[in-house]
Amino acid sequence: MKKILQKCVWPFITLIGALAVGGIAINRGEPINALWLIIAALCIYSIGYRFYALWIASTVLVVDKTRATPAERLDNGRDFVPTNKWIVFGHHFAAIAGPGPLIGPTLAAQFGYLPGTLWILFGAVLGGCVQDMVTLFLSTRRDAKSLGQMARDELGPLGGTAALTATFAIMIILIAVLGLVVVNAMKHSPWATFTVSATIPIAMIIGVYMRYIRPGQVLEASIIGVTLLLLSVVGGRFIDGQETLRILFDQEGLTLAWYVMAYGFAAAILPVWLLLAPRDYLSTYMKIGTITLLAIAIILLQPNIKMPAITQFIDGTGPIFSGKLFPFVFITIACGAISGFHSLVASGTTPKLLSNEEDICMIGYGGMLLESFVAIMAMIAATVLDPGVFFAINSPAGIVGAEAVDAVAKISSWGFPVTVEQMHSLANEMGETTLFARTGGAPSLAVGMASIFGSAFGEGFLSIWYHFAIMFEAVFILTTLDAGTRVGRFMLQDILGNVWPKMGETSWIPSVIFTSFAVVAGWGYFLYIGVIDPNGGVNILWPLFGIANQMLAAIALSVATGILVKSDKLKYAWITGIPLFWLVTITSTAAWEKVSSDNIRLGFFSAANDLADKLANGLLPPAKAAVAPQLIFNLQLDAWITISFVSLLWIIVFDMLRVSLRHLQGKPVLPLTESAYCPSRLTDEWIRD
Amino acid sequence: MFNKIKTIWDIARRLSGDDAYERYLKHLERHHSHNYPDLSVHEGCQIPLSKAEFYKQWQDEKWKGIKRCC
Repeated sequence: MKKILQKCVWPFITLIGALAVGGIAINRGEPINALWLIIAALCIYSIGYRFYALWIASTVLVVDKTRATPAERLDNGRDFVPTNKWIVFGHHFAAIAGPGPLIGPTLAAQFGYLPGTLWILFGAVLGGCVQDMVTLFLSTRRDAKSLGQMARDELGPLGGTAALTATFAIMIILIAVLGLVVVNAMKHSPWATFTVSATIPIAMIIGVYMRYIRPGQVLEASIIGVTLLLLSVVGGRFIDGQETLRILFDQEGLTLAWYVMAYGFAAAILPVWLLLAPRDYLSTYMKIGTITLLAIAIILLQPNIKMPAITQFIDGTGPIFSGKLFPFVFITIACGAISGFHSLVASGTTPKLLSNEEDICMIGYGGMLLESFVAIMAMIAATVLDPGVFFAINSPAGIVGAEAVDAVAKISSWGFPVTVEQMHSLANEMGETTLFARTGGAPSLAVGMASIFGSAFGEGFLSIWYHFAIMFEAVFILTTLDAGTRVGRFMLQDILGNVWPKMGETSWIPSVIFTSFAVVAGWGYFLYIGVIDPNGGVNILWPLFGIANQMLAAIALSVATGILVKSDKLKYAWITGIPLFWLVTITSTAAWEKVSSDNIRLGFFSAANDLADKLANGLLPPAKAAVAPQLIFNLQLDAWITISFVSLLWIIVFDMLRVSLRHLQGKPVLPLTESAYCPSRLTDEWIRD
Repeated sequence: MFNKIKTIWDIARRLSGDDAYERYLKHLERHHSHNYPDLSVHEGCQIPLSKAEFYKQWQDEKWKGIKRCC
């Protein structure tokens, strides 16, 4: 009987999965329940894990449970520590999952729920998870080397330089776009601004507590910190109600952008224990807690999805970002489907904890499946809103008009009815003065989450839930921002150290200040332009980020494919080769359109030329004319950045093909750098499970 | 029931690094007490550090390199 059941379970899961995917794909017109998305996701993940991931691990990578991992061989009780697989899973997931999988799906919801959902599911199972798992495996076999080092060792100096450049570039663009998301969430919202600002002193208090008052009492400090964070959400309401205090936190976008830059600079030069480390603790608890809460709420509430499966904006005329479904849905949703950034954590950080190669599948593939699931929940939170409301929050004033009346008229004319009263009362419920043109994805996600939480756990606290959601997003956006600035600073110091060794000393104050300033200036520039751009910088910055992230993924997959070929596993090279081919296709197509399109909302050069013409002919209103020269320069710069990203991508792909071809022809190539076999002596059962 | 709570508590401590110092002491005991009578000269693993000192080093090391994604 047990055997029959075991035999039936996978066909059953496949059937349910097929029904759920088929159901959401074919369904038109009638509202669909969010539970179907969850079921489809869980079935696809299970099948992917059971039949694809385990097969790759056993047949292609041939993980060897008798082989000692770097954590065991190089165990130093600090960074190299053999660790229980569930603990490693927790660390790995906390490291890979940031704000990306929440924002991308929210923006991509402008195409309807279906395209984004399908890409999140299939992109993850066939692409993102494979990338993470293979990179984790390769790094584990190479003493936990970083992606850049592996690229240099296995492909050559060209590959290494490309990986390093791509990492630095993606960091700058990522921080700029995340900064923009936070600024847009705080703009003219005293409550949100107070709550987000309060997270800084709270982190510092916790930092001092963990360092001096009760050293190493991490959990104790964390509990205090989380309590203070929750109090800051409630405290924001109090501030919002006080006329005199209110104006202190009621700021223009540009002012907030300067604050964010000053914060980033301070965070990069202050010692980690004071700000970065405690903030990271708090954001990790918030992240895991809130995501769990959201999953519970969706399952309890089973909300209906109100967004159509596919909207007319697949033709490229969408208000949130321009560009057709292909390739832009694949660029917009990077994190959650396939994210190159993960390869930086999967190499270097996680392998130092791995106690056995057998755990690679669960941690690498499984960790990404969970992130993909977060992306599905973000998609649900965005699409349970009335589509009219969703577009009113996310459409920039430059597209729908700055006046509420114009905006609702325009959005209703697209077939997504919404009224000024509806938006007004929604803003009221959320404790905000307005929700129009709050671009960047965070506010609409917060409204979606608040309505889900509100319905599931108590309607009375909508405004608290809304600001809780804003705080939750802001707290780990700022963590990425300051951690990223710091990493950028180290990378820059490393690069400059080659020219002038003194600059490479990470504790030499002039070098610290100069490099931190340079990195902040790098992302600060894009943030500044994003804020002054009347069409909302998201339309420009998010695709640029997507292209950069997919480019990094392509580099990781190139390294992996090259190594598979060099290991005489040509017949299996498709497992990384196909996702690589797909990424090269979408990034190149997207880049081509961003550079060459005649559509001024899409093409960088055509937008620059159009703006220059209008400026020359005096057709611009004075406010816009004042910033036009900067916008024109920026559009041209963006075009060249895009071109350089794609060139970099092609260089590394050709380098990989060159190395592979030479190997297949029997010509000498750089040798495999896999460390020698050493039998595992770890017998402690507690470590394994 | 009590055991389950204890397990969850241990996992939370392990994940957050609350027990890092205890693990460090165990590591010293397991790997170095016999082989290296004079611990102070062994690379990276000096004489048992005080909790505050260990925690300082642990935290600084933890923040080298890329720890967080998008």
